[in-house]
Amino acid sequence: MDKPIRVLVAKPGLDGHDRGAKMIARALRDAGMEVIYTGLRQTPEQIVAAAIQEDVDIIGMSILSGAHNHLFPKVIGLLKDQDAEDIMVIAGGVIPEDDIPALKEAGVAAIFTPGALTTEIVQFIRDNIKR
Amino acid sequence: MELINKMLKGDKRACARLISIVENDEKESEKLIKKIYKYTGKAHIIGITGPPGAGKSTLTDKYAKLLRKSDYIVGVIAVDPTSPYTGGAILGDRIRMNDLALDPGVFIRSMGTRGYLGGLAKATRNAVKILDAYGCDYIIIETVGVGQSEVDIVKAADTVVLVMVPGLGDDIQSIKAGIMEIGDLFVVNKSDLFGAQRTATEINMMLDMSQNTDRRPPVVMVTANQNKNIDQMAQEIQRHYEYLVENGLLEERRKKNIKRELLELVEEELKKLVIRETESNGELDRMTDILFNKETDPFTLRDRLLSTIK
Amino acid sequence: MFEKEKFEQIKEARKNWEEKDLNKSLSRSPERKEEFKTGSGDIIERLYTPEDIDDLDYMEEIGLPGQYPYTRGYQPTMYRGRLWTMRMYAGFSTAEESNKRYKFLVDQGSTGLSVAFDLPTQIGYDSDHPLAEGEVGKVGVAIDSLADMEILFDGINLEKVSTSMTINSPASVLLAMYIAVADKQGVSPEKLRGTIQNDILKEYIARGTYIYPTEESMRLITDIFAYCSENVPQWNTISISGYHIREAGSTAAQEVGFTLADGIAYVEAAIKAGLDVDSFAPRLSFFFNAHNDLLEEVAKYRAARRLWAKIMKERFGAKKPQSMMLKFHTQTGGSTLTAQQPDNNIVRVAIQTLAAVLGGTQSLHTNSKDEALALPTEDSVRIALRTQQIVAYESGVTNTVDPLAGSYYVEAKTKEIEDKAMEYITKIDELGGAPRAIDAGYIQKEITDAAYKYQMDVEKGDVVVVGMNKFKVDEKAPQGLLKVDPMVGEMQKKKLVELKAKRDNPAVTEKLTALKKACEGTENLMPYIVEAVREYATLGEICDVMREVFGEYEQSVML
Repeated sequence: MDKPIRVLVAKPGLDGHDRGAKMIARALRDAGMEVIYTGLRQTPEQIVAAAIQEDVDIIGMSILSGAHNHLFPKVIGLLKDQDAEDIMVIAGGVIPEDDIPALKEAGVAAIFTPGALTTEIVQFIRDNIKR
Repeated sequence: MELINKMLKGDKRACARLISIVENDEKESEKLIKKIYKYTGKAHIIGITGPPGAGKSTLTDKYAKLLRKSDYIVGVIAVDPTSPYTGGAILGDRIRMNDLALDPGVFIRSMGTRGYLGGLAKATRNAVKILDAYGCDYIIIETVGVGQSEVDIVKAADTVVLVMVPGLGDDIQSIKAGIMEIGDLFVVNKSDLFGAQRTATEINMMLDMSQNTDRRPPVVMVTANQNKNIDQMAQEIQRHYEYLVENGLLEERRKKNIKRELLELVEEELKKLVIRETESNGELDRMTDILFNKETDPFTLRDRLLSTIK
Repeated sequence: MFEKEKFEQIKEARKNWEEKDLNKSLSRSPERKEEFKTGSGDIIERLYTPEDIDDLDYMEEIGLPGQYPYTRGYQPTMYRGRLWTMRMYAGFSTAEESNKRYKFLVDQGSTGLSVAFDLPTQIGYDSDHPLAEGEVGKVGVAIDSLADMEILFDGINLEKVSTSMTINSPASVLLAMYIAVADKQGVSPEKLRGTIQNDILKEYIARGTYIYPTEESMRLITDIFAYCSENVPQWNTISISGYHIREAGSTAAQEVGFTLADGIAYVEAAIKAGLDVDSFAPRLSFFFNAHNDLLEEVAKYRAARRLWAKIMKERFGAKKPQSMMLKFHTQTGGSTLTAQQPDNNIVRVAIQTLAAVLGGTQSLHTNSKDEALALPTEDSVRIALRTQQIVAYESGVTNTVDPLAGSYYVEAKTKEIEDKAMEYITKIDELGGAPRAIDAGYIQKEITDAAYKYQMDVEKGDVVVVGMNKFKVDEKAPQGLLKVDPMVGEMQKKKLVELKAKRDNPAVTEKLTALKKACEGTENLMPYIVEAVREYATLGEICDVMREVFGEYEQSVML
């Protein structure tokens, strides 16, 4: 059997809007991936610890509360600290265009804003995963 | 292997990588298990099984937290079903264990069944070996929700905890007798709910009817999400372990499982060997034709195949 | 509903029409699609006629406005008497900034305030809590103590405005602060008008700002019911919310079914706590979404009104008419807005406004065009408010009561939504009521299933979202979005340090200890919370006391 892509889907911060995260989780599962879903109110530390123990290829996070500039870079920093920067990070949510360059600079591989199709996200993961 | 040394020193990333290897790469997995096998056999392996919605993950979370109070190193393997159509899976058991994620003495791993029936993933037993070698004192395996025949957990665990809750359809009747028999310990979760006492009574009646005379499995009422009576459940788990040790049954049980695993490995390898020898040269198809035309019978052909391999 | 003879004539005529006119038309040019569906994905027929509403008894099911079962509105004159309250949800950054926005809104003709709190406040953390990092002042205003609340309402006469506060788990604390601010203004509690959301069940289902486990949360809620019925009688003690259920992806019928099932749970809890149904039921209010399918939405509001009236009368034996009247606030659907071509959102909001008004809403928040991108700017908030004003003063739909009543389609749809909602309620009753159904993940799973189906329909193009999956253009990133000062968190932290140095700390400790003791017992907690707030105990301190005694809720997810 092919090795399935493993993805951690997490909601960092206090934002409780998980519709997007749940939709992505289902779509990735339907695309044949193993999705580790960790639910709401995850701290960056928890996300990174889970990603490491689950040995995922990629972390997907969604934030609608505006805390993205703080939380996404923090996750990436912690991955670096723990020699796990090979784990790719993608993100989604209400992210103003102005904030995207800095987030990409910080190491977020891709950012999907409202209206993004799940098929785009699946394709991006398949094309960019390091194996 | 570099990863093994790191894992043996307690490196979580290495441990996680090694589990991925046993999940994904058969050849590497063999090499790896050969190297670590001697470090295994120390942990107490506990299976937590029961119908979907019984609260297995919450129970696992609370039990692990209790074990951590005594500084035990705890490993958790949580198995969820893989979709047979897409090969994908949503592994959601961690939701209940989020505050364990940061505990340095806890390692949690989610696994999809990847087409394997029986309530575990194919690689679960090997993942347990890795966590055992990693230094876990306790390894908790949470199976997929059982319904009919997911009884593989007895092949992997020293103690099987069967979790029930009140109000799941026809209660105990919906659980087949074969599953009842694997429980070394019965837990009625959500015992604050109406009907919990009835569920416990039904389990007790079922146990009264069973023929197993040496040891009657205890029935513990807990409310996992309120952390109620988890200590009692932990005590009963410990008591079962002591019972096994004192009566020489732990050795017996483990030997039985080791033998079973060995035979499964042989069986699997033999099948592969036969396929390798006969599939590409068309021999297997020819034999199928012969059987279809009733020129001979399957047993004769089986013996012929096995003799060519020898 | 119709005379038998007339009805037979209609039936006959329709049959003829189908055989001749319709078939001819279809053979010449087929319809655009094989199936037509509502925004919720329900099949919709080509034509509705008296046949579709024949089994409706007008007086029993539709009736007159202000009369049971209130299908046509809870009040006889509706908008001919008084327009709905134009209530714009606002709040961000610090209390100082939000106070400025409220004064702006009142100047622009807003008739009620609606306070948005930031996430740490909603989850009972002070701004200096580690989990608050990056979240302070982002989705609403940060309130740590009475000191912030005093600034928030500075210069706003609390006797004159009605204030809605979107606060749930810590609702008692924020209400206590409001009472304390009013007191300092010299306004007594019985004069205060407003609403707290206070609906924990939908937090578990869809919105996520929960703190305590179910039972303890229900206690806090019934404590508020009891306290307010004696002390703050004009206050709406709960806003039972379908809005967020719909935003999470539910259908219209699910929105009604799940919301009313939550409502039933609150009524049952209050009765169990010893309250008389007619003592608190008149203060229950509801909060629904407005999506784009205009007629389905109108039918939804009408169905909700009728079904709630029946539930209160038949199931709970309410006697007061006010107990049976479903009064509701509406917000236009945030999830219907697109980040692409954001100006199009103005049109969507206008349609949704019409839906809410034709459905008889009591108050309305209209979303701003830029909310799929960020918090709204003042300019875009003004357009959203103007949209309401145009519907109110120019569209003409306010001049007669419930103008869509009697539409064969709208009446049939109203009945269909009522029936479907009732099926959900029955199912939830079988599971042991809303709290149990939530614990089992049933409600969440139904919503997620509906949301995923919708998402797939959008991706296949079966559902068209203008500007997003059809009629797309290349566009530049929008400019001039609202940015919250990233230093808000630091400013709030500094204020907390100053506060804790200045206040009477032994008094705070004393009040918190008293609160803790009350939590361990069964007394009404509101008086203790009011006392603690007056001494400037912080929101986080008060919530921590309750966390310690009550524990915390664990999310139930079914994917």
